[in-house]
Amino acid sequence: MPLVMGILLGGLYAVIALGLSLVFGVVKEINVAHGDLVILGSYFGYAAMTMLGIDPILSLVMGMPLLFGIGFLIQKYLLNRAFRISMDATLIIAFGISIILQNTFQLIWTPFPRGLTTSYALKSLALGPVRFPFVYLLNFVVAIIVMLFLREFLRRTYLGMAIRAAAQNRKSAHLMGINTDRVYAFTFAIALAFAAIAGVFLGLTFPFTPISGMPFLIIALGVVVLGGLGSIVGTFIGGIAFGLAQTLGGHFFGVAAQMLVAYTMVLVVLAVIPRGIFGR
Amino acid sequence: MLNVSHIDAFHGSFQALWDVSLSVEPKEVVAIIGANGSGKSTLLDSISGLVHPVKGRIEFNGKNISALEPFHIVDLGICQTPEGRGIFPDLTILENLIIGSYNHHARPKKAHNLKKVYELFPILEERKAQLGKTLSGGEQQMLALGRGLMSNPKLMLLDEISLGLAPLIIDELYRALKDIREGGITILFVEQNVRRSLTEADRAYILEAGRVVLSGNADELREEERIKKAYFGA
Repeated sequence: MPLVMGILLGGLYAVIALGLSLVFGVVKEINVAHGDLVILGSYFGYAAMTMLGIDPILSLVMGMPLLFGIGFLIQKYLLNRAFRISMDATLIIAFGISIILQNTFQLIWTPFPRGLTTSYALKSLALGPVRFPFVYLLNFVVAIIVMLFLREFLRRTYLGMAIRAAAQNRKSAHLMGINTDRVYAFTFAIALAFAAIAGVFLGLTFPFTPISGMPFLIIALGVVVLGGLGSIVGTFIGGIAFGLAQTLGGHFFGVAAQMLVAYTMVLVVLAVIPRGIFGR
Repeated sequence: MLNVSHIDAFHGSFQALWDVSLSVEPKEVVAIIGANGSGKSTLLDSISGLVHPVKGRIEFNGKNISALEPFHIVDLGICQTPEGRGIFPDLTILENLIIGSYNHHARPKKAHNLKKVYELFPILEERKAQLGKTLSGGEQQMLALGRGLMSNPKLMLLDEISLGLAPLIIDELYRALKDIREGGITILFVEQNVRRSLTEADRAYILEAGRVVLSGNADELREEERIKKAYFGA
């Protein structure tokens, strides 16, 4: 039971971590606002559901372009300028975005926990003797689709190749005629489009509050450290490893200790293979 | 075709070029010769737009390009293969070549240019699925040249293509350069090996401590006393 739950939960963690990993791998920024941007996706789904009566998953048709646009603007007008000064400057800006988002959530939606309560989110499935929430399986399937999409995008399109090239050698990327500022803006935009997806599926799975971003940022950092930075497969495996550590830890040591077990595993992996499981 | 007039440029906080002027005519092969730290790479980087000169002007086909960003300059038909080759280590050979055709003028000619590159360096076709980092130094240099050709250039800037390579491979690279030249592409190259530069080039500029100290036809420069003393030890 905890085995199946852990693996499926890992899918959700992988989707949450994907944008963080992409931005770190390509732009080398640690986006500490990533958790809050995922929660922005959750609240967008919530707003669409409560105000317009649209299913949260369907609302992604609007949520993804919205966060894509926000991401493009943040990178183009804030972060691209900041990292000419120093990487610390980007970190401070990301902290600022995080604080602004949390306060905005408080103002609009109050600190009261919200959830994307839909009929299918509450269903449960039986796999032999094991029963688990349907939404966990949905998360896992979505994780696989999103990762395959990103992989093919990075392999097959000029923009995808330019993103990988800019990550590997910035000077050469310039010499190939790649406008790296634009490529970074697209990278951040894509990361936020994935944050929109992550936000909705997070909201279908767990209740969230204006300050839920931070714990999920920390989980995402753990996933990225486990899997190795900038690797899609690594992020997926890292997510599953983290999910398993959490559910198995909860099963054997009690729910109170589940995060302790997960983070102990992150520390052990860091000590033994500092580059992560799929790190380069 | 290319006109650099009286530029001053910095490498970081250090002034690397002082009042440098240089010109390249269509279909010429021109060498820039100088020791380490003489400003050769900063000169190429200024032309490529990686460094913006603080004084002077760089013109390409009559257009002032001194303040343009590198991606504009590539679009105009100037490509650079940088010192150290700058291969993308985790892209395949084929992907490295395709990314060379990133600019809008090169994309429609991708298939045509790829065929030409494979004719010039058949080994790149044999190894097209391998990652860039698995190639030897000489093969990486071929890839860097091929990638430059994929950008459909009018002018190629080559920075130390023979650095650290075996003589046989260097011969092969310079043979390829002759083919490239016959294809109608103009070449401006930087080289530490003076003898080689003066054999391959039509004309040469000698840089010392960021200034042009001598320039002229390669044949004449070979006979120049100062060159013989400084570089051939005769």
